[in-house]
Amino acid sequence: MSGNSTYQPQSKVLQWFEKRLPIGGLIHSSFVAYPTPRNLNYWWTFGGILSFMLGVQIITGIVLAMHYTPHVDLAFKSVETIMRDVNYGWLLRYLHSNGASMFFIAVYIHIFRGMYYGSYKEPREVLWILGVIIYLLMMATGFLGYTLPWGQMSFWGATVITNFFSAIPGVGEAVVTWLWGGFAVGNPTLNRFYSLHYLLPFVIAGVVILHVWALHVSGQNNPAGIEPKSERDTVPFTPYATTKDSFFISVFCILFAWFVFYTPNFLGHADNYIPANPAVTPQHIVPEWYYLPFYAILRAIPDKLLGVLALFGSILILAFLPWLDTSRVKSARYRPLYKQFFWLFFAVCIGLGWLGAKPAEGIYVVLSRILTIYYFAHFIVILPLLGIFEKTKPLPNSISESVLGSKA
Amino acid sequence: MKTKPTILALAFAGIALVSSAALAQEHGHETPRPPAQKWSFAGPFGKFDQAQLQRGFKIYKEVCASCHSMSLVSFRNLAEAGGPGFSEAQAAAVAAEYKIKDIDDKGEAIERAGRAADTFPSPFANDRAAAAANGGVAPPDFSTLAKARGYERGFPWFVFDIFTQYQETGPDYIVAILTGYKDAPPHGFTMPAGGNYNEYFPGHVIAMPKPLSDGQVTYDDAAPQTVAQYAKDVTAFMMWAAEPHLVARKRIGFQVMIFLIVLSGLLYFTKKKVWSAVH
Repeated sequence: MSGNSTYQPQSKVLQWFEKRLPIGGLIHSSFVAYPTPRNLNYWWTFGGILSFMLGVQIITGIVLAMHYTPHVDLAFKSVETIMRDVNYGWLLRYLHSNGASMFFIAVYIHIFRGMYYGSYKEPREVLWILGVIIYLLMMATGFLGYTLPWGQMSFWGATVITNFFSAIPGVGEAVVTWLWGGFAVGNPTLNRFYSLHYLLPFVIAGVVILHVWALHVSGQNNPAGIEPKSERDTVPFTPYATTKDSFFISVFCILFAWFVFYTPNFLGHADNYIPANPAVTPQHIVPEWYYLPFYAILRAIPDKLLGVLALFGSILILAFLPWLDTSRVKSARYRPLYKQFFWLFFAVCIGLGWLGAKPAEGIYVVLSRILTIYYFAHFIVILPLLGIFEKTKPLPNSISESVLGSKA
Repeated sequence: MKTKPTILALAFAGIALVSSAALAQEHGHETPRPPAQKWSFAGPFGKFDQAQLQRGFKIYKEVCASCHSMSLVSFRNLAEAGGPGFSEAQAAAVAAEYKIKDIDDKGEAIERAGRAADTFPSPFANDRAAAAANGGVAPPDFSTLAKARGYERGFPWFVFDIFTQYQETGPDYIVAILTGYKDAPPHGFTMPAGGNYNEYFPGHVIAMPKPLSDGQVTYDDAAPQTVAQYAKDVTAFMMWAAEPHLVARKRIGFQVMIFLIVLSGLLYFTKKKVWSAVH
C-alpha cells in the first residue's frame, strides 16, 4: 500500500474510475508490484494460507448459519439436521469444524515462524502486535463456535471458561452472571455466543487488513533477517509470491481434505455428540486442542485468580516480545544459542499441550508447573539475557548474497 | 559440536525421562482396551455392508428399541443411498408397523400408522419416564451414540490414527461393551444393587443388563446367530445411524484428493517455471 505502483489502466472507463477512486492502483501496488524478498521460504506462505482459511470459515459459516438454530432445545438437533438432511450439510459442517483446527495449525506455524526469524523486531513491532490481537480474537471466536452445537463439551467448556471471570476479586460473580445473562449457562448465553461468533470473524478480517497494511509498510522479513537493500534483493509479488502461495495453499488443502473426508471427528471430542445436560458433568472437561497449552498453564497454578492471570499473561506476553528479545540480530540462522532455545521452547509448548489433555493429578501437575515456569522464563529471563551474552554469526551483506553466494 | 551435548539434546533427554515416568503411571488403568474389529466402513474406501446394516436394524427393532430411542433417524433414511438399501416401499412398510402420536383435524390426540417421513418413535413418553423405568438414568438415544462413545487412545497411538485413519474407537467400544458381560463379577468385587458386571465399562458396573444372547434374533441370511455377530451387526447399524453420509463422504473425499494432488502438481510446475528466471 506504499507507492510501488505505476498502475495505469488501459481502458478509458477504468481511467475515469481510477481518477475518482484509485482502488486499482491500491490493489496493484499491494498484490502485484509489491516487492517481496527473493529468499522467502515456504514458511512464509502461511500468511496466504491464513487469509484463505479465514475466507473458508466465513463462507461455510454463513451458509451454516442459514440452517442453525441458537436455542438450547433446538441447537443440537439443528446441527444434526445439517449433518443429515441439508444437501452437503455434513460437508459444510466438517469443513467449518475442521477448518477451525486448520486455521489454528496455520496460525501456530505462522507465529513460530515469526519467532524463529525474529519477524517481530524493528520495524515490525506494530505488525506483530496486530498479529497477537488477531490470535486473541481467533481464540475467542473458536471458543464461542465450539459452544454452538450444544453438546456436552460445548456446555461444560462454556461453563468452565466463563467461570474464569469469577476469579476477579469482588465483582467476579456479578461479571459471570452478566456474561451468562442468567444464573447459569443457558439460552441467553447460547444466543449471545452465537451473535458474537458471527460478529468476531469480521472483526478479525478488519484487523487482518491492518496487519497486511502494516506488513506492506515495513515489507516482509525474510530468512536472512536483513532488510532488502537493492532491487536485486526482491521480486514482485505477482507472479512470484502468488504462484508460490497458490501452490502451498493447494498442498495445505490436501491436509485439510484429509481431516474433513477421512478423520472428521479426530480433532473433536466424542462427548460433543451427547446433547448438553446440565445435570451430568463429563469425566474430563477438555478444551479444543488449540487451547491445551494454556489450559495446562491455568491448571498448573493452585490459586484460581493467579491461574487465570497466568493464562492470559501467557498470551499477552507475546505482545511484548519485540522488547523482551534484546538481540539485534533477527534470524535464528545467525543466532546459534537462540536457535536451540527456540526449539526447546517449541518442545515446551507441545509438552504443555499434551499435559493440558491429561487429568490434573499426580505427575502431570508437577510437569505442568515445571513447563509453565519454563514458558515464562523463556520470555522474561532467557530472551533478554541471550541478546546480551550470545555471540552471533556474521550476517551476509545482502539478501542476494545470502541466496546466490559470493558470485552475486 | 558433536562431542559436547547441546542444550537441546539435554532437554529432550529430560523430557523423554519424565514423559516415560508419566506413561508408566498411566498404565495402571484396569479397564482393558477394546479389541479392534474389522469394519467394512473403515479406511479411505470404506462402505457400509448392506446386509449387515439390515441385520443390525433387525436387532435394533427387536431388542434395543424397547428401551433406546433413535429420534433423529427417519424411516425414509432406510431407503437413502449408502444405507441399508431398503426400497422406498419397504421403508414405508417399516414405518407403517409403528404407531405415531399425532393430532387430527379436530385437534384430538390420535395414533396413526407411521409414514416414511416420520422419525422413529421413542419407547418412552419423555426422558423422565425413560429414566424412571430404567433405574434413574434414561437409556442413551441411538442417533449419534456410535460417535459419542470411544476410548482414550493415548500417546503415541493417537498420532498414528491420523495416518491410518483409525476412526472406529466408538464402534469398537460398543462391540466390547455388548460382548463384555460376565455372569459373575471377579472375586472380591462388590456389585451395587441393579448393576451388571462388564469388563469394558469404565468402573465395570453398567446399569444395562446383558442385552444379547445367542440365538435371540433370527436372521434371514446365513450369518451366525451369535452374540459376537449380533454385536458387530447392531454396531454397524448404529454407525450408519450416526453418520448416514459416511459412504458419500469417503467417495467424494477420494475425488477431492485426486483433484488436489493434480492441482498441486500443476501449481508446483507453474511456480517452478516462474521462479526459474531468478534462481
